Amino acid sequence: MERALVDKKPLLGLAEARAEADRCLYCADAPCIKACPTEIDIPTFIKKIASGNVRGSAKTIFEQNLLGYSCARVCPVEVLCVGDCVYNGWGRDPIQIGRLQRFATETATAKGAAPVLKRHVDVGRASKKVACIGAGPASLAFAGYLALEGHQAVVFEKKAVAGGLNTTGIAPYKLHAEDAMHEVELIKSLGVEVVTGVEVGETDGPGKISGKKLLETYDAVFLGVGLGADTSLGIPGEEGPGVYGATAWIEKMKLGMSKDDKAEIAGKTMLVVGGGNTAIDVARESAQLGALDVAMLYRRGAEHMSGYAHEMEGARIDGVRLVTNVQPVAFVRQTDDSHGAPGGKLIALRVAKTDENAKPIAGTEHDIPCDLVALAIGQSKLRDVAKQLPGVELDKRGCVACDPKNGQTGNAKVFAGGDCINGGKEVVNAVADGRNAARTLLERWASSSTTISATQSGTS
Amino acid sequence: MADLSIDFAGIKSPNPFWLASAPPANSGEQIMRAFDAGWGGAVWKTLGDPIMNVTSRFGGVDYDGKKLMGLNNIELITDRPLEVNLREIREVKKRYPKNVIIASLMTETKNDWKVLIEKCEDAGVDGLELNFGCPHGMCERGMGSSVGQEPRLLQEITSWTKEFAKTPVLVKLTPNTGDILEPGLAGVRGGADGLSLINTIKSIIGVDLDRLVPVPRVANASTNGGYCGPAVKPIALHMVAALARDPGIKIPISGIGGISTWRDAAEFIALGSTSVQVCTAVMHYGYRIVEDLMEGLSEYLDSHGMKSVNELRGRAVPGYQEWGDLDLNYQLIAKIDPKLCIGCQLCVTACNDGAHQCIFTGPDDKPRPPHAHSIGPARAPKPLPIGLLAGDRVPWVDEPECVGCNLCQLVCPVPGCITMHEERKGAPETWNDRVAAGRDKLPGGIHDEETGH
Repeated sequence: MERALVDKKPLLGLAEARAEADRCLYCADAPCIKACPTEIDIPTFIKKIASGNVRGSAKTIFEQNLLGYSCARVCPVEVLCVGDCVYNGWGRDPIQIGRLQRFATETATAKGAAPVLKRHVDVGRASKKVACIGAGPASLAFAGYLALEGHQAVVFEKKAVAGGLNTTGIAPYKLHAEDAMHEVELIKSLGVEVVTGVEVGETDGPGKISGKKLLETYDAVFLGVGLGADTSLGIPGEEGPGVYGATAWIEKMKLGMSKDDKAEIAGKTMLVVGGGNTAIDVARESAQLGALDVAMLYRRGAEHMSGYAHEMEGARIDGVRLVTNVQPVAFVRQTDDSHGAPGGKLIALRVAKTDENAKPIAGTEHDIPCDLVALAIGQSKLRDVAKQLPGVELDKRGCVACDPKNGQTGNAKVFAGGDCINGGKEVVNAVADGRNAARTLLERWASSSTTISATQSGTS
Repeated sequence: MADLSIDFAGIKSPNPFWLASAPPANSGEQIMRAFDAGWGGAVWKTLGDPIMNVTSRFGGVDYDGKKLMGLNNIELITDRPLEVNLREIREVKKRYPKNVIIASLMTETKNDWKVLIEKCEDAGVDGLELNFGCPHGMCERGMGSSVGQEPRLLQEITSWTKEFAKTPVLVKLTPNTGDILEPGLAGVRGGADGLSLINTIKSIIGVDLDRLVPVPRVANASTNGGYCGPAVKPIALHMVAALARDPGIKIPISGIGGISTWRDAAEFIALGSTSVQVCTAVMHYGYRIVEDLMEGLSEYLDSHGMKSVNELRGRAVPGYQEWGDLDLNYQLIAKIDPKLCIGCQLCVTACNDGAHQCIFTGPDDKPRPPHAHSIGPARAPKPLPIGLLAGDRVPWVDEPECVGCNLCQLVCPVPGCITMHEERKGAPETWNDRVAAGRDKLPGGIHDEETGH
């Protein structure tokens, strides 16, 4: 079904990429690099595109960001690298860095192309074993960078598919699931083992592995579990047909729905509750899939929304309306009960206007007719996995507590990164976390073993 | 509107813009279209003995996405029968009597030159241009640049042509020579009425890295060609100016080499050209460019109070001096305008790696390099200039160390952001003044301190 949503920023052609690359000023101490959480050497990779050295360009990207391909497509470049391009201040169009990065990484990793990065296999070196919990961007980056240096990395994923939100959550007009899987294959080609359908918990068994076993078997464990289920509103009538959690809905749309299921959205009136980027994604996707009317409901004023302004602008172009300063108070369902228990057919969402504290004002309730409601008001924290790893603590928000520089948790063997430590940020932040943890381990192991440091210099 | 008409050794032209002898001037049909577009004259593609051409013939140099910064060709002289060319010359002259047709000629024996000149003049040409410049193909047969590189031969053949010619004779020079004055003065001694330069520069434009054969490729090989286009303009400007300032050269010059805009043309004229010839820009964009050439030059002359293009001719020649006559006490200092700076810091890198290590960033004083002339650290301005666009990324200049080389200004992408401010270290004094006063050594090498030799 997600194929029905076309790429908003398609792959640049060779001539387009060269022309755009030639526009880059090649700034010294460039602001775009500083704006990138993974600090990719952007002017260098762009100049390599201009010279026709596309593999070298991809290498420059991957050395700093192993998931540079998906980041090129899903990063909010408008508020990162592109937003800091010096051309902005000069009143000129900024360099389309994301699209150039996609050109380099997609071209250099196309089917049949020689590998951009090669594993540093060195028989004289003591190889370490690491395990990752969750196969999202943070774990894949962590595992990939360690595999590149010749270590053994295994990634355990409880779902049937790897890639994390890149596969199940990113808006398809940015990245389709099969493109996310292409990237997972690239990481696997570096020597990373990805095991799906295995959940980390208290016990060992088929489809299960315990935290205790991981800590016994591996030299280090990386916690990259992301976030849990969508949060619900907890108001009357919520249980029943027509109400979806946003990330569950996106995952179903990306992986589960056939083209025939389009009828589930086409022609329907849809309300999306929330003001973040997930809410905007669901709203845009629904509008593009043919919903008759899509409105976002947000409990404060638009200026408080956590969703990016450029994404909201795109949503408006797709036909999405924004209703501010309202809070749902009840789901209104048909009462004849002909549509089965526990709730009848959804016919409206009852909302109240909100005061300055975003609390409902009594007496302002009114019904907004609708067929479907998507709840994009946050995701729960996955607290249980952390409990299986002694020494790993959670902070007040329920996020895994760690050193933000390298993801080191209270257990010396355990590192963490991605949404489970920050509560939900960008893919590029997750990649930076995974990479930084991997680099910390590599330094630690190098300093504790002269054998490794001696052979590392001879790798190629 | 300024008068653009010129008189080149007696040849009257409505404007100084002529098509150079090249593919754009290959046939009567083309040249008539060019005259309709506004070109003042055309030097017909070189006439001579029958030849054959190869495929392919052209190669280009692109730079940062801009096509044809330079062009090279291995095409020979006209491959159309002489009688056809002569018939077309006659036809064009009849239909465009006010436009200039000059026949470019290349042949071998004295009698061949006689016959060719008589036929061309009978067809009605306004003048003759002797092609002593072509650096590919024809020079292997003892013609073209192989004549231009031998001043005595050049002089002799020029004097033959002057025996037969009734119309002015221009000698077209090759730049493939150590000192352009030698062939230039040889042309004067041979009686030439004018000089045209530069012809193309002997070149290999590139290599096909898959086949490992130079380009333009002809089957499995290539040959050296002639290089032209915007990239060669500085070389041509120097050669034109070198002739224009020589007291032995009193005949008019037709400037050629990378002229694409009215500005290029104005520079050639200011350095002594009477007419200018254009090829590559027309091959790239067509005859239509002449509209801007004429309009732009005319606007420039008007805005600078010149009533005629003749008032511009040679005006910059006195400013072309020997290095030893330049003022050593003239000093420039770079200034960066925080209001315009976009913070790209290209000037910082260029100065640090490619010049004199005197542009820095940040609020702190910075250590100078060990070879600095001034004592102590480079002092950061207090407070640090904060740019309108670039914030605290605006670089600052360590002025005592700035040598005024211009590099920062040349790399800065923002017009007017970096300006060079004049300062003076003392009364004007040149190297030659210092030598004359005995305060410096004679030019010409390192001298022994003890003996002074």
